[in-house]
Amino acid sequence: MSYLYFPGCTLKDKAASVMEKTALQAAAELGLPLEEIDQWQCCGAVYPLTDDELITLVSPSRTLFAAKDRPVVTLCSACHHVLKRTRERLAADKDARDKISSFLEEEYPGETPVLHYLELLRDELGWDALKEKVKLPLEGRRLAAYYGCMLLRPAEEMAFDDPERPRIMEDYLQALGAEVITFPFRNKCCGAYLAVTEKQVMEDTSNNIVNMALEYGAEELTTACPLCRYNLEQTPAVKEGKIKISYFSEPLAEALNLEAQEALR
Amino acid sequence: MQKQDNAANKLHSEIMERSGQDFYNCIQCGKCTAGCPVVSAMDLLPREVLLYLQMGQEEKLLNSKTPWICASCFTCGARCIKDLDLCRIMEAIRVKILRPRGAECLSPGEIPRELLEKLPQQALVSGFRKRTR
Repeated sequence: MSYLYFPGCTLKDKAASVMEKTALQAAAELGLPLEEIDQWQCCGAVYPLTDDELITLVSPSRTLFAAKDRPVVTLCSACHHVLKRTRERLAADKDARDKISSFLEEEYPGETPVLHYLELLRDELGWDALKEKVKLPLEGRRLAAYYGCMLLRPAEEMAFDDPERPRIMEDYLQALGAEVITFPFRNKCCGAYLAVTEKQVMEDTSNNIVNMALEYGAEELTTACPLCRYNLEQTPAVKEGKIKISYFSEPLAEALNLEAQEALR
Repeated sequence: MQKQDNAANKLHSEIMERSGQDFYNCIQCGKCTAGCPVVSAMDLLPREVLLYLQMGQEEKLLNSKTPWICASCFTCGARCIKDLDLCRIMEAIRVKILRPRGAECLSPGEIPRELLEKLPQQALVSGFRKRTR
């Protein structure tokens, strides 16, 4: 079975060669081919948090309507957050569903499954199967996972992992053969879009996270969010080369010895 | 005076309706504030936002930096023992300021070109979504 893939804005630009290319090649190698959704639109990057704001749900709804009942796979944490929560809202709120359906002049196709790439690996492939596919285990590499906010919270809607004690990314890195470092602050906010207007606030939050990971002995911090990556990379520790920030698909490309890892060098 | 009270009442119920959160359930335990990653930059603590709502002093919130510092990370909501989603209340306050005035709290001209070129698209889309109508 093939899955639909929703790239989102950053994956087609700033993160294209690194996150998208490595993840798509790895998916093909693992027997989980991803087919890009035709005519996709930006998800909106943030989920609207007031009950009376429906217009910003239109764009992510178009993606879900276009997918019908085929599972949609996401890579970016923000896209995943918005699409997943829109799916939940459409499923639970008949009034919102009817209004959006009427605005789009399309019949609500039912509950489209929305899966993050990591969920695809965990739930469709399984960690043991992933481990078997690894050609170059990342032995001795001290990797830490940084979850951030969007994948985990609100837990009732995201249903991704335990919001305070997640393990999916650690299990994943372990399957790739890395020495996994679990550190506090892995689910603490990096400052997100405050990077645009409140640079100092973002630098403080990101510094706390990176310094904690260093203190726990990590040499690389891996994330699924392009904005988290950008923010964490603005810290002195990263600029001085003490620790590296990567997308979660980079260690995968390395472990599977894919061509796409050339782009990482 | 009467007129002011009505305006305050209206604001009070608008925030409750738009956020869908009954802030009277807050018992002021402070877990939201303890876990907030950006609290040090706020002029009102997350707990105080709820307190002022309960006391009917919403005007304080409209002039506060706090709703604009909140990064919608949902940590407060994940830890609230009364199941309140404070991020929704912060958004209702931002929306209250942005919608009627139609005033943009961020315009592209304010962002230095160098930063524009560096920032991931996601930062710009989310930044503008949170600070403009």
